[in-house]
Amino acid sequence: MPSVRLVNVSKRYGEITAVEHADLQIEDKEYVCIIGPSGCGKTTLIKCIAGIIEPSEGEVYINNKLMKNVPIQDRGVGYVFQEIALFPHMNVYENVSYGPIVKGWDVSRIRSLVEEMLNMMALRERIYDRPDVLSEGAKQKASIARALVSGSLLLLLDEPLGSLDAKVRTMLRHELKRMVKDLNLTAIHVTHDQEEAMAIADKIVVMNAGRIVEIGTPLELYLRPKRLFTMNFVGEANFIVSEIVKRMNHRTKVRKNAAVFYSSERVDFEEKKVVAAIRPEFVLMKKPIEGKMSWSGRIETMVFMGSTVRYEVRTEDGELIVVKRPFVSGAYEWNVGSHINLEFPPESVLLYPYPEAGLEKEISIE
Amino acid sequence: MPLVRLVNVTKRFNGITAIRNLDLEIGDGEYLCVLGPTGSGKTTLLRLITGVIKPDEGEIYFDGKLVNGVPPQERNTAYVPQDYALFPHLTVMGNVSFGPASRELSKEEAYGISTRMLEMTKLAWRAASFPNELSGGMQQRLALARGLASGASLLLLDEPLGALDARLRVELRYKLKGLVKEKGFTAIHVTHDQEEAMVVGDRIAVLRHGQIQQASIPFTIYNEPGSIFVANFVGGANFLEGFIVERSQHGSWVQLRNGFTIRIIETGYSTGERVVLAIREETTRIVKNPRTKEKINFFVGTVESASFLGNCTEYTILLENGDTVKSKVPISLRTRGISIGDRVYVHLQPENIRTYLYPATGLYKELEAV
Amino acid sequence: MQRQQVVTKQKISVFNFVAILDLLSSKPWARYLVYVSSLVFLFVLILTPPIAGILQKIGLFGEIYKTPDLLARANSAIFWSFMTAFVVSILDLVAALPLAWFIVRSRSKAINLIDTLADIPFLIPTAALGYSTTLFWSTGKGISSLFGVESLVPPGFILVLLLHFAFSYPVIVRVMVGELLGYKEVYEVAAKTLGAQPFTSVRTVTLPLLKPALVASFLLAFARSLSETGATVMVAGAFENGPVFIFNNMDREGVLVYVTSLLILASVVTFFLIRLFAPRLRLSVKRAWPSFERSLSSQVSVKIRDTVTIALFLFLVIIPALWVALPLMNALGDGTISKALGNIEPWNDFWSSMLLSYQIGLISTLTNIILGLPAAVLIARKRLGRLTPLLDALVNVPIIVPSIALGVSLKFFWATYEVPEFWVLVLSHTTITYTYFVMSMAASIESIRPEMEEVASTLGAKPFTIFRRITLPLTKYSVFSGAVLVFTRCVGETGAAKAVVRTLKTVPVLLVEWIVQGKVSPSESALGIGFLILASFLVLLVLRIVVRGER
Repeated sequence: MPSVRLVNVSKRYGEITAVEHADLQIEDKEYVCIIGPSGCGKTTLIKCIAGIIEPSEGEVYINNKLMKNVPIQDRGVGYVFQEIALFPHMNVYENVSYGPIVKGWDVSRIRSLVEEMLNMMALRERIYDRPDVLSEGAKQKASIARALVSGSLLLLLDEPLGSLDAKVRTMLRHELKRMVKDLNLTAIHVTHDQEEAMAIADKIVVMNAGRIVEIGTPLELYLRPKRLFTMNFVGEANFIVSEIVKRMNHRTKVRKNAAVFYSSERVDFEEKKVVAAIRPEFVLMKKPIEGKMSWSGRIETMVFMGSTVRYEVRTEDGELIVVKRPFVSGAYEWNVGSHINLEFPPESVLLYPYPEAGLEKEISIE
Repeated sequence: MPLVRLVNVTKRFNGITAIRNLDLEIGDGEYLCVLGPTGSGKTTLLRLITGVIKPDEGEIYFDGKLVNGVPPQERNTAYVPQDYALFPHLTVMGNVSFGPASRELSKEEAYGISTRMLEMTKLAWRAASFPNELSGGMQQRLALARGLASGASLLLLDEPLGALDARLRVELRYKLKGLVKEKGFTAIHVTHDQEEAMVVGDRIAVLRHGQIQQASIPFTIYNEPGSIFVANFVGGANFLEGFIVERSQHGSWVQLRNGFTIRIIETGYSTGERVVLAIREETTRIVKNPRTKEKINFFVGTVESASFLGNCTEYTILLENGDTVKSKVPISLRTRGISIGDRVYVHLQPENIRTYLYPATGLYKELEAV
Repeated sequence: MQRQQVVTKQKISVFNFVAILDLLSSKPWARYLVYVSSLVFLFVLILTPPIAGILQKIGLFGEIYKTPDLLARANSAIFWSFMTAFVVSILDLVAALPLAWFIVRSRSKAINLIDTLADIPFLIPTAALGYSTTLFWSTGKGISSLFGVESLVPPGFILVLLLHFAFSYPVIVRVMVGELLGYKEVYEVAAKTLGAQPFTSVRTVTLPLLKPALVASFLLAFARSLSETGATVMVAGAFENGPVFIFNNMDREGVLVYVTSLLILASVVTFFLIRLFAPRLRLSVKRAWPSFERSLSSQVSVKIRDTVTIALFLFLVIIPALWVALPLMNALGDGTISKALGNIEPWNDFWSSMLLSYQIGLISTLTNIILGLPAAVLIARKRLGRLTPLLDALVNVPIIVPSIALGVSLKFFWATYEVPEFWVLVLSHTTITYTYFVMSMAASIESIRPEMEEVASTLGAKPFTIFRRITLPLTKYSVFSGAVLVFTRCVGETGAAKAVVRTLKTVPVLLVEWIVQGKVSPSESALGIGFLILASFLVLLVLRIVVRGER
């Protein structure tokens, strides 16, 4: 039985549409991440599920029960707020035990439950501290603990790692996923950080301007995204406006000015004008005499990024292609100013029909 | 001559020492990144340079001149605080022209400079809007334009990309650096994001608990981290504890947990000394069937989990001796057929291992990233 | 919102003056001078006179022991001052909080109406409220006729309770509405996601978080009840609280010294005790009763609660307050108004009193703005470091003390210096209203993030430039509403105005005399009240317009 089902959910505020025609199904015990730029409607969407906001149209089902006129407190959904929202006048223990207490659970049972959870989160020694003396990381953990202990089987998390340093985020996100899985919960985790989503999600929902753009596994969305927006949002990508020269059974021949390359995709749309996309880490750089393509260029910039090096290559006809190569310890493979030949492995070239509204608008994340 | 020089600067707040005996030099036209966790003193450092707070000890020099007693309005810095602090009651033009107006330029001059700045940051078309009507990215550019219009060529940026989405951050950091370099400004850019620091900084100064741990070009910080903290904070690594059991002129042997021994190239440590070994995840190789006859530094383990990170997959392997290591395998070299539960060999090449003395405060504290 | 123009370097004298101030502000000595003069003003002109005045005459403290019945009356009056204040404040909190809740949270269509009605008592000066209350409860022309009695609530303790309840009620509603509007609902929502019924979440989360505002409202109501003189005198009858007792014994210096010094001491101690202990009151969440609390949150319960609240509001606050409209209508019809406008006796006294009141109001307001602003900055930006809480406490003293007690000490003090009555009035009114302006400005400045001023200084702006181009524009509303608060308080003050001088009469003093001594006809009293209401209505209307313009 799907844990959550949204059917044609829309939310409007006067003239502004926050969410439009959202259809979504989340299975039991799935860990789903919803990603998208600020203002895309992801927070509004989960607030509709929690009952904090009423949709203007459409239905929300939790465990196949229609949530109409069901107030927040009766939905059984745990929520972790972006602003953390720990009760300032209560200490950690009182915050975390709040859920069970207001539900009228047995007092002794509450005590052991809360202590166990705080042990799991390494917060045991902060148990009687008030939120104002806790570090950001501790506050975040306490807020998650509070939602987990409340007994809900469905957890909604709004930027649960939002206020933490980059380094701490990468450390904490795995702990979060592990705990959710250990407790057999279903989780819907909203974030603007696509790397975070890819690292822990079973399934990712990409949203933009109030609409669900695409849904898929991290691998699918990174390697074979169906939409241009997803391609740009989920990682860096090169977009080359080109035209289809020849359609074949197992591949398609594409041309950009003098450069000719192949994609192993079989296109089924009619248009000739096409956007070819390839991720920077799949572009190969060869010495000028080698290479199966004849798209030559010059390395304009080079940035050392630790385990990778990021190159910007200016092709002979003026295109800028971004290339990322692993850094093999020792020396740099290339230098700024080097002349190289670019090579695109066909299985890494994705083709999309040229969007009506123009490429910039389609992929814009601002 | 360095544009800015801090000599033995200390700053305390209510008994807590925020900055401690800090020495730092920033060259003219340099883009310096100060990298450190929240609470390390980054904002305090910037505020000391702007003159908004004064050091308790030590001196600050601009272009060789002592500025300790000089008030902020005479230091000519362009300060962009973390939340931008845009003036909500003034338009975009009003915000940008505030600096020139305060320095008593004529109306024409002030307008001219402001317009140029707005064109440079692509905000000229919103000159009559108010800050709360702009998007996050535009607000950031406005804060920048405002700082630059005041005529300063020293930019002090406090987490300039912090308020933006992850994806937007990646896009805008290149533009930010490009703009600064194009105009020949000097910038001190403070951040907690090490990837950002590596990309934009000409040099990185790693700050922790008010002290600079290491200040160097990104390449050196990454490949020759001076401490466990820096190795972990910048780039992350696998850390293994052990102690030296044998030394020779070509290298040493370290005994890890439960009998595993590993070879390193260091020769400077004495036998019996407790050490910590650091190996980057991307140089931690996974091999299914090692073909080479030499079995140095090959360890057996089981794959516990796999995390797809986009441009690489991160595998967590539980070694037979109880240690856990992570390996990042780039997507382009995606090793086929490694699944969770597989028995694999982890190869840690000696030349990729950095050795550190076991820290007095314990390893856990050094890895806390705080 | 205004659009800021770029400053030019033109040679207009006004701009030159401003430029000089800008330049001066960058000199540390000039800044010290400004802050020091502000502090000197506070200490020398605000705090010292009342304290010194009482201490001068402290020798007379023992005189009252010679007259045991007066002593008994005095002690009783002091006791009943505090008792009344305490009872009224608790009742007000309990009754006004649900109305504030209704205004902010309800989805009823009546909200706008109730919201506007809740503002009405502010238009009516307390002297007018006293008169109106008496008419409504005590005379045959009010509710008494409904019950078939001559006087349902004759002048006395109960009537005083009703009066004080009525005039503190709107203050609490406004404070709590403001607090609830700014209150972050996310905490309540969080409680609900954890399974708490609405009633439970309010009990365990909202109320504890509102505690500071509740305590502040309580203290406001408490202070008003302790201090109010004019209206209380009108409704007290034979009952005496502190201010009434003083009012009745203006000529007995010994008695005055006794009661004044005790009142001052007791009020200061009470306030500091409440401020010290109230934050420690903790209401911990040990148990909940889900099904019971669910029923309390039901629609029916809410409707009952709202109906009772609104009924209380209408019958105990609004209707009695507006009752003066009846004789006012009469007065408009029976020719009194032409007498008034023709400046015929006793109206010549009335108009000169109005003029006097407004002059005092204007001067006090300007003085408080100019000399209070630096003090507000000192408090808001904690420029005095560890001494800031001390300054905060000292600035609050003038409103903690009942104004008539303050007036008595000031009389003692200024009498020795032979200062003309007009200036004594100005000084005392300034003292009484100082706190309102400074504290409201301080709160407003505090809400501006320091980063904004810091950035402005790095952009090259000198301190005074920052103040006039950043701080003031962002606190414009507070400056204006602070000034209006001071002005209306000045014009409405009775106790101190009565105590401090002999011959000059401000409008409230005059009106109280008219009503209590019965020297003029009811129509004339009503009309006088009417003019007073009209004047304050105009002032508040201007404030409303400015505020709406801001939004």
